[in-house]
Amino acid sequence: MTEQYEFVLDFEKPIIELEHKIKELKGVTEREGMNLDKEIRSLELRLRKLQKETFLNLSPWRRVQLARHPDRPKTLTLANLIFDEFLLLHGDRFYADDGAMVAGLARLGKEPVIFIGNQKGKSIKENLYRNFGMAHPEGYRKAKRLMSLAEKFSRPIITFVDTPGAYPGIEAEERGQAEAIAANLEKMSWLKVPIIVVIIGEGGSGGALGIGIGNSILMLENAIFSVITPEGCAAILWKNQEKVEEAAKALKLTARNLLELKLIDGIIPEPRGGAHRDVEQTARNIKRVLLKELSRLKKLSPQSLARQRFKKYREMGSFKRG
Amino acid sequence: MKESEKRTEKKLGWFRETYKKIAESRKKIEVPDGLWTRCTNCSEIIYNKNLEENLRVCPKCGYHFHLRARKRIEITLDANSFVEHDFELSSDNPLDFPGYEEKISASKEITGLNEAAVTGEGKIGGRYIFLGITDFEFIGGSMGSVVGERITCLVEKALKEKVPLVLISGSGGGARMQEGVFSLMQMAKTSAAIAEFKRSGGLYVSLLTHPTMGGVMASFASRGDIILAEPGALLGFAGPRVIKQTIKQHIPQSFQRSESLLSHGMIDLVVNRKEMRPTLIKILNLLLPE
Ligand SMILES: [Zn+2]
Repeated sequence: MTEQYEFVLDFEKPIIELEHKIKELKGVTEREGMNLDKEIRSLELRLRKLQKETFLNLSPWRRVQLARHPDRPKTLTLANLIFDEFLLLHGDRFYADDGAMVAGLARLGKEPVIFIGNQKGKSIKENLYRNFGMAHPEGYRKAKRLMSLAEKFSRPIITFVDTPGAYPGIEAEERGQAEAIAANLEKMSWLKVPIIVVIIGEGGSGGALGIGIGNSILMLENAIFSVITPEGCAAILWKNQEKVEEAAKALKLTARNLLELKLIDGIIPEPRGGAHRDVEQTARNIKRVLLKELSRLKKLSPQSLARQRFKKYREMGSFKRG
Repeated sequence: MKESEKRTEKKLGWFRETYKKIAESRKKIEVPDGLWTRCTNCSEIIYNKNLEENLRVCPKCGYHFHLRARKRIEITLDANSFVEHDFELSSDNPLDFPGYEEKISASKEITGLNEAAVTGEGKIGGRYIFLGITDFEFIGGSMGSVVGERITCLVEKALKEKVPLVLISGSGGGARMQEGVFSLMQMAKTSAAIAEFKRSGGLYVSLLTHPTMGGVMASFASRGDIILAEPGALLGFAGPRVIKQTIKQHIPQSFQRSESLLSHGMIDLVVNRKEMRPTLIKILNLLLPE
């Protein structure tokens, strides 16, 4: 299988170069009938070692880079692989249909669900429509409309979070960006259906939270969830953009950090090298966890689902008395 | 020196002299610190005593200066009726965030508060209410775990005792960066409490003061049954600087101000500080049983 990577991060380069070399040698073996098995084996050994060294203990900043990787699978790509049936619906019934937010009816295995997700584009052209995954108020209101539908027909909700944040623009403000997000927080806090949230890439602050409250909050291994971008944090704290790596570390935005702090419920593993190196495997990993979580949550009564979610958020916070 | 250069030098000399005089006169006015304040909006020099008597509103142009939380309680509630709640809660540093403890200590010193939110109960026009205030001077009035917990506890008590709730926000900082996702989760926590309170029939009045932005505006602050704002307050989700950076366009002065939100249908009323207490009393009296 030949794969073309359009975008390669600095720390991915040595690995991808090595992979190319191995592929080349294999090609030579096939074409010329030369026996290069020894060389290939030694290179493969080096590749595995390099992969291990690079990906076993990724720095927070490298995870940020992976979470924003242009080739990282986006919401609809994964949804199409994961759901057995899928029907996208459109519009907030007030103003517009927001390309940065997708929502619809879906079936996970045998289970009908409501699906909501932030949608980034793959190309510049697509991003003009998707607005780089940054929703306007109408995006959050479309999501809320689908949440009401879920409640009415007792369907579990599955959301995929992948946004740098809610869109910071004049019209977004004038149409009530803050109100739209706040309304969703209220709505999600008391819905009587299961809500499963998967942060698949960037979980950018309030804009992510606007579709990100659930009974179960899961993160892909290299996804991030943060109150502010490392760039924003570095600018405020050190007045220096070169400090992004320190900022990424200080913000504790990785899946592992957040699981340790008990702010999320689980981590979904990614293929070695990141989700973009094997999109189908990534989708299978997510599906497996979703099926498990859904069957667990489905056993709870509507009342206890709302209670469990409420209690979970009620207990979040870190402070001392006295 | 050429003739033209001499002329230039003479002009420059005159300019320097004049500039020095202006600078000195300005200094003279600004020297008696603590006696006078220059209005941020109209540059009027206001005698501090007059400013305080006028509830920190410029007598000339009506500009609303920042009002500290304690003073806000004083001008909102019936005299000496306030009882503070949950004072003993204080921030730890859950992320080991660099410089956070120092930041809190400094804010404590400046404001005399121990966190960005003050909550408690008191009377207004003889009627019991639960009141919460966030103070911009304490780390931008931003919401971390303590602010979230105080607000949530207040809402829960108001629900239990069936007492109306008034939250006065002054949070330019939104969710507090130094507590990371813990801060974000306070948005969820407070919103859930507010939702439960309102569904149980409780009355929640949200009063927005300059500035209320980000995570506070995108959670409890914009969910009032009734939303009031002080004149000229900056209110919104994204800060004007971030917006300017994103859209690379000039932003009009009126953008994200109370009056603009009113005309876009986002709030109920813009109320002058002097009228705020009577307005609150009127709302409570008209909506609630005697
Ligand atoms: Zn003035």
